[in-house]
Amino acid sequence: MDWKVLLEQAPSGGMTYLGWLWSGLFWTLAVSVCAWVIAFTVGSVVGVLRTAPLRIPRALATAYVELFRNIPLLVQMFLWYFVMPEVVPREWGDWLKQDMPNLLVLPFAAQFSLWEFTAAVLCLGLYTASRVAEQVRSGIQSLPRGQTGAGLAMGFTLPQVYRHVTLPMAYRIIIPPMTSEFLTIFKNSSTALTIGVLELTAQSRQISEYTFKTFEAFTAATLIYIAITMTVILLMRSLEKRVAVPGYIAQGSGH
Amino acid sequence: MSTPESPRPMIDLRHVSKWYGPFQVLKDCTTKVEKGEVVVVCGPSGSGKSTLIKAVNGLEPFQEGEIVVNGISVGDPKTNLPKLRACIGMVFQNFELFPHMSITDNLTIGQVKVLGRTREQALEKGLKLLDRVGLLSQKDKYPGQLSGGQQQRVAIARALSMDPIAMLFDEPTSALDPEMINEVLDVMVQLAREGMTMMVVTHEMGFARKVAHRVVFMDHGQIVEDCTKDEFFGTARSERAQAFLSKILHH
Repeated sequence: MDWKVLLEQAPSGGMTYLGWLWSGLFWTLAVSVCAWVIAFTVGSVVGVLRTAPLRIPRALATAYVELFRNIPLLVQMFLWYFVMPEVVPREWGDWLKQDMPNLLVLPFAAQFSLWEFTAAVLCLGLYTASRVAEQVRSGIQSLPRGQTGAGLAMGFTLPQVYRHVTLPMAYRIIIPPMTSEFLTIFKNSSTALTIGVLELTAQSRQISEYTFKTFEAFTAATLIYIAITMTVILLMRSLEKRVAVPGYIAQGSGH
Repeated sequence: MSTPESPRPMIDLRHVSKWYGPFQVLKDCTTKVEKGEVVVVCGPSGSGKSTLIKAVNGLEPFQEGEIVVNGISVGDPKTNLPKLRACIGMVFQNFELFPHMSITDNLTIGQVKVLGRTREQALEKGLKLLDRVGLLSQKDKYPGQLSGGQQQRVAIARALSMDPIAMLFDEPTSALDPEMINEVLDVMVQLAREGMTMMVVTHEMGFARKVAHRVVFMDHGQIVEDCTKDEFFGTARSERAQAFLSKILHH
């Protein structure tokens, strides 16, 4: 083993190979966190609509979930990156492929354009949204049905029932599976390398190709991924503790 | 009981029918609750009494007939149901307090979000009612930390905090351990004696004897008996009502 190789000057970027890893970590976090914002927002809306007594919105939400969770993630990545610019009007497609600004202004400058980053974020975000939607739906449906009735009986409108009654409990109940989805988004972000985003996996592969130190390059990536996921797990655990409801036993109490 | 002179009863059900697919759960139900009247609805399980009481505030839609509450038609699509429901209190079998809110928040959220009261007004009202049901000391706890009987008393206080013109009770004591039933019935008896308009689905015939003005007996989605308390307990006219009474009174 030769860990010192990571401190050697890399052939590009004006940094060491360790610098490449840091840059990869930066893009892994950037893609994952941006995608999570989309996944959480879109997933919550779709999940709520899946439970709402409104026929057409509910059908559309179901169609969304079935479409996005039944196509392999890698295929979706190619669809967004290669196919989407071809099916929109030609000027838009050209703009996406050629005129979106390069990201060199950002720290850890990398050699890819904003379009690659955007396609990766949209793909990962909208795919994960379909999974988040299912978690939100199951969380809402696991609550006793009388809760909605009690909210309505009090004079709440349906949106108020979701806002004040069902969603606060549903989100609490689904923290463990949502932690899982959040971890998965970090791991799935490695598929962005296939469309040219130089995230962590892409950088370790580059290091391995330049230095032939395959073991070191991928072990370093593995350790960094584990560090990310452990941090996420700890953060979610403390969140779960902070929002725990005193006296509430999970899965309802005999309803 | 003499009926007040209002042109229409507080709650007026006329020829209400409801189907779940081909199965008819309510069959041509007609009854009423006058202002200040206490009506007990009883009957075997599956007789449609819970469905009937939930139809009164629009929680259960119905296909035929008419329900008019305080002059407003519940089944009319133009009716502002949230506004109508805000003035009818409802108490459920499983209490249905909001588990993630403290007792105080359970008592104030409706007042603030629906009636537009200030937090201070809502708190004053809520705590007064909590004191009335004997649970002021529990105000900072959460529903999961209270016993079933305590939760149901809070649920009654929560419904009263909205200053309802009528109260609906859907089997309020059925989910309670026997030793907790009386603490809830005591609150309901007190409420009835103060003149609250009440429609109560219950098997508690002691409660019915004590405060009901009228008793409605349902079976298979139909209203079989609708008479004064004395008539009902004296000479219940239908065989089904007599069979029902003999079953539940001998325990």
